[in-house]
Amino acid sequence: MVLSNTAWMSGPPLAASTAIQCTDVSVVFGSGRTEQRVLDRLNLIVPRGEIYSLLGPSGCGKSTLLRVMAGLIEPTEGTVTIDDAPVRAARDLTAFVFQESALLPWRSVWQNVRLPYEIRTGPPSGELKDRMETVLDLVGFKKTDWHKKPSQLSGGMKMRASIARALITNPRILLMDEPFAALDDMLRSKLNDLLLQIVAEAGCTMMFVTHNIAEAIYLSHSIAILSGGRIADTIRVGLPSSRVAAIRSTPEFAAEYGRVQEVLMGSEV
Amino acid sequence: MKNAPLWLRILAPIAVFAVVAGVWHVAVIAFDIPPVILPKPGAVLQAMWTARWKLLTGSSITLRAAGAGLLASTVVGCLIAILFSQSSLLRIALYPYVIFLQTVPIVAIAPLLIVWSGFEFRTVVLVSCIISIFPIISNVTSGLLSIDPNHVDLFRMQGASRWKTLTKLRIPSAIPHLVLGLRISCGLSVIGAIVGELFVSSSSADYDGLGTIMNAMQAQLRTAELMGAVIACTLLGIVLFLIVQLIDFVLLRRWTRIAGFENT
Repeated sequence: MVLSNTAWMSGPPLAASTAIQCTDVSVVFGSGRTEQRVLDRLNLIVPRGEIYSLLGPSGCGKSTLLRVMAGLIEPTEGTVTIDDAPVRAARDLTAFVFQESALLPWRSVWQNVRLPYEIRTGPPSGELKDRMETVLDLVGFKKTDWHKKPSQLSGGMKMRASIARALITNPRILLMDEPFAALDDMLRSKLNDLLLQIVAEAGCTMMFVTHNIAEAIYLSHSIAILSGGRIADTIRVGLPSSRVAAIRSTPEFAAEYGRVQEVLMGSEV
Repeated sequence: MKNAPLWLRILAPIAVFAVVAGVWHVAVIAFDIPPVILPKPGAVLQAMWTARWKLLTGSSITLRAAGAGLLASTVVGCLIAILFSQSSLLRIALYPYVIFLQTVPIVAIAPLLIVWSGFEFRTVVLVSCIISIFPIISNVTSGLLSIDPNHVDLFRMQGASRWKTLTKLRIPSAIPHLVLGLRISCGLSVIGAIVGELFVSSSSADYDGLGTIMNAMQAQLRTAELMGAVIACTLLGIVLFLIVQLIDFVLLRRWTRIAGFENT
């Protein structure tokens, strides 16, 4: 194990500013008898440049919180700011990766990745073309696959295309809603590494929703445990910031796993 | 039998045809059925051959009427569906009348249409259009409205306008639904054209589609020719169906394969 010569993180590199701030955020669906309080006066601060995981059992409101951050759901109470601006004004700064790749089936990979710039105004075509090529290359798409339709792609490739589509607009904040839940473990860990590489290169903040503890630990600087519509606890992951797949089999990783699991169990009533 | 060999797929239906024709032939002789009631299969074929040019021109006229009717119902139906997809108020207010189009007995309003539009080709097209428009409206509307929620969110994230959402998301999503609607409507459009012709021909109008021919043959008790015309109608339906299949194939191939919408 070569972990000894990597720097161990001792707390966050105190970020100068905040990427995402949730203040007393509540989301209530329905009213009267069918009223369902999904988020309950939730507070969360995500520092800029961090990889932050939201962990919790299904139905705990993880996806709802992520959609609030994306401006897709208006909170019933409270405020959410992205880079100190209200979510709506900051829409251009965020990108969302959906649980299933959500590619448009009638479009090729290339056309899917270009989609955001067909809807909003984009850079001039020459520049866009360069950017498209860079992004597709970054997520590991061979040139021969650029013109394939989603139905011709494997699950992993679809997800890569979906990530490319999110990256094309150069987002400062990447919101990911259990993107790898449907993939097998091998593929998942491959894509985890890809994601770490991408975030390092793009220098963006990432909010990652998952119910997989190992994935949360491997990816994140911090993990927020969501339960009962609130943040039950936030855990700072005590692992070196540069991570390789082998880290999963270290005792330190196992210790973190135990810690997170304990908090997760304790939060479930 | 999904993977039955080609020869079986061709031979089996032919065998059924031979058996039915044989039984028919024998029955006519055995029960001594007069040709006015039921001519022998051979006599029907002979009558078809004798009247082949008449049947062919009749078929081409009826095909043109049905094709124009189907085209009209597709264009108008899609426009109505797009309107419906843009406003739930419009949908609530107008949908009952769309159902009315479906339930109205075409035979009952055909005379009315003739009063308004005359003993003409366009009346036949109109009847064909009215009878074939409902599946287009209902299928395309549901296609425009049943969008993957993730796709809707994706477009909202980009701040997409109504127009962009319609042209880049709703309409492409609705293409397979349109194809399904077309498959149902193409059969209906032929029925509509023939019903229209039955009425149009009840005058001395200068029109000789298949429906007109059938009317005349029935009046003259020329049963063999009448049956020949019926067979021609059926063949016509098949021709139109194949044309639609071809459109399907071209559209869906461009559209990619989507589970549940594969061409069978």
